[in-house]
Amino acid sequence: MSIQIDRLTKRFGSFTALNEVSLTIPTGQLAAVLGPSGSGKTTLLRIIAGLEMPDEGQLFLHGVDATPLSARDRQVGFVFQHYALFRHMTVFENVAFGLRVQPRRSRPSEEEIRGRVKELLRLVELEDYASRMPSQLSGGQRQRVALARALAVRPKVLLLDEPFGALDARVRRDLRAWLRRLHEELKITSVFVTHDQEEALEVADQVVVMNAGRVEQVGTPEEVYHKPATPFVYQFLGSVNRLRLRVRGGYAHLGTLALPLPNGLAREEGTAIALTRPHLLDVSREANGEGHFRARVRHVNAAGPLVKLDLVAEWGDPVHVELPRERYHELALAPEMVVCVRPKEPGALLLQPPDEEHNAPAEMYYI
Amino acid sequence: MNATKTKTLPDGVTEDPPWIRRLLIATALLFLVLFLFVPLAAIFKEAFSNGLAEYWWALSDPDALAAIRLTLLATVIAVPLNLIFGIAASWAIANFEFRGKSVLVSLIDLPLAVSPVIAGMVFVLLFGTNGLLGAWLEAHHLKIIFATPGIVLATAFVTFPFVARELIPVMQARGSEEEEAALVLGASGWQMFWRVTLPNIRWGLLYGTILCCARAMGEFGAVSVVSGHIRGLTNTMTLHVEILYNEYNFAAAFAVASLLTLLALVTLAAKSLLARRSGRAGQDSEELA
Repeated sequence: MSIQIDRLTKRFGSFTALNEVSLTIPTGQLAAVLGPSGSGKTTLLRIIAGLEMPDEGQLFLHGVDATPLSARDRQVGFVFQHYALFRHMTVFENVAFGLRVQPRRSRPSEEEIRGRVKELLRLVELEDYASRMPSQLSGGQRQRVALARALAVRPKVLLLDEPFGALDARVRRDLRAWLRRLHEELKITSVFVTHDQEEALEVADQVVVMNAGRVEQVGTPEEVYHKPATPFVYQFLGSVNRLRLRVRGGYAHLGTLALPLPNGLAREEGTAIALTRPHLLDVSREANGEGHFRARVRHVNAAGPLVKLDLVAEWGDPVHVELPRERYHELALAPEMVVCVRPKEPGALLLQPPDEEHNAPAEMYYI
Repeated sequence: MNATKTKTLPDGVTEDPPWIRRLLIATALLFLVLFLFVPLAAIFKEAFSNGLAEYWWALSDPDALAAIRLTLLATVIAVPLNLIFGIAASWAIANFEFRGKSVLVSLIDLPLAVSPVIAGMVFVLLFGTNGLLGAWLEAHHLKIIFATPGIVLATAFVTFPFVARELIPVMQARGSEEEEAALVLGASGWQMFWRVTLPNIRWGLLYGTILCCARAMGEFGAVSVVSGHIRGLTNTMTLHVEILYNEYNFAAAFAVASLLTLLALVTLAAKSLLARRSGRAGQDSEELA
């Protein structure tokens, strides 16, 4: 196990950035730490790097207790969100820095340094830019220099803080695929922090979802997306509809739909909120006997493989539905039409826990 | 981005009529001529009023040479002290959060706010014969007031904001990410400072040092209080000028003054040269950010 985190806690004044976080990242994996801003993900990364010290807990790198080690001695590579290139040095000198500052005993010779830097610049596809200054490079190029610089010292662990955060959408997509390929080639245990769920799901072997200083779920992209462990993960990954339900006599009512509540779920009578994904809802023109609720079509976005419907439920809440193109053409929908909406299958709705702030992991009730 | 925007704008940003513009420019020029160029010319005219030989004699007088030596000595000691203090203080202020930070920032400005004469008085009250530490100093045969150490102390005190004030905004603007990068790459604190921090702040540092030098050489008030005006011993250049002037020895007074003026002019030239170069460097780093 490359990175082992044991009950780390970090406070900044009265704010708890990390609350007893435990986590294990296996050797050779590319893990994404995903969470909204303020969830503690960057703090976690900085603690692994040694740029912050935890208040409590321990950190093991390759089985060695790294908690008391300074950033200097941890042999990690760190790529900063805003690159943090040495602006007064050329690209070559930036990459060579980590080698040049080594103690004389272990420092490679000038020739070795030159060879290693060249090799790294080839790896990040910037061989021709060695004598440029950082200010003469584009954002994506700077990010690649930062990566080469971090790799120069042969780190045991590579850490990337929002590596594509400051780049535009296209460059981002290219770099993302490139990072994935690079990781397959180098097999360095890597952790990157992001708030972009698409990025995390696409690139990582393992996704760590964080919220309010805690780990909500750890799993493969497929697991966290299709089997979310908490309502937060469900809401954070993918788009979500929030539907208001009336709870009465062991049933949740939604229009003419009556969904049985699970046994043992003691829910007070009144209103509740259910979460569901746009592709789990179906739309029809007629009521045809089944339970449904009514909604008015406000806007149709037919660009792309799925047609996105923007509806308003009869009680005023917005509802998003995604339909396959064939289904959309079959229905011949247009704005201002009133349609019937129903879940495609039982269990498509997730009951939101009664209190919004979930200090204990809430149970998941699908209805 | 802004630069290209301003380039496309017409010459005047405001729509004031030309005569207002000319009036403003003329007023500014008039003040410059009256308060800068005329006195400047007067100094050199007076200095050479009795001929070149007299000028040379005034400067090579043993008392004058002693004054020049003392001024240079005070500068050479005070400026490095301020460099160390300025780097330490601005580093602490830019990179750490600590209690009393705002107090420290205000304290750095104190010598600019307090009259130099008062600063001199404070040293006399502390180290003078009847001062707080006077008895102890006398018992150990240490002389500070009316001696070189007092002059160095007074000079260091009045100049100490200069380096720190130049560096604080520079360091705050650039943050500490590059230092963190250096640290993770295995650099020691010393390597980090010499290879990353210093090259980044070098223009601000030089600029602050130049201003500091100019102030150290030109200081009059604080030094006047602690010096005791002993000719050839505790007279700095500015004090020497005062004494010569009071003795109606105008040509000599202005000769020494012209030397100070020359120093000021050199400082000014160096400063504007630096401002131009660091301005370019600043642009680079802005692009990077």
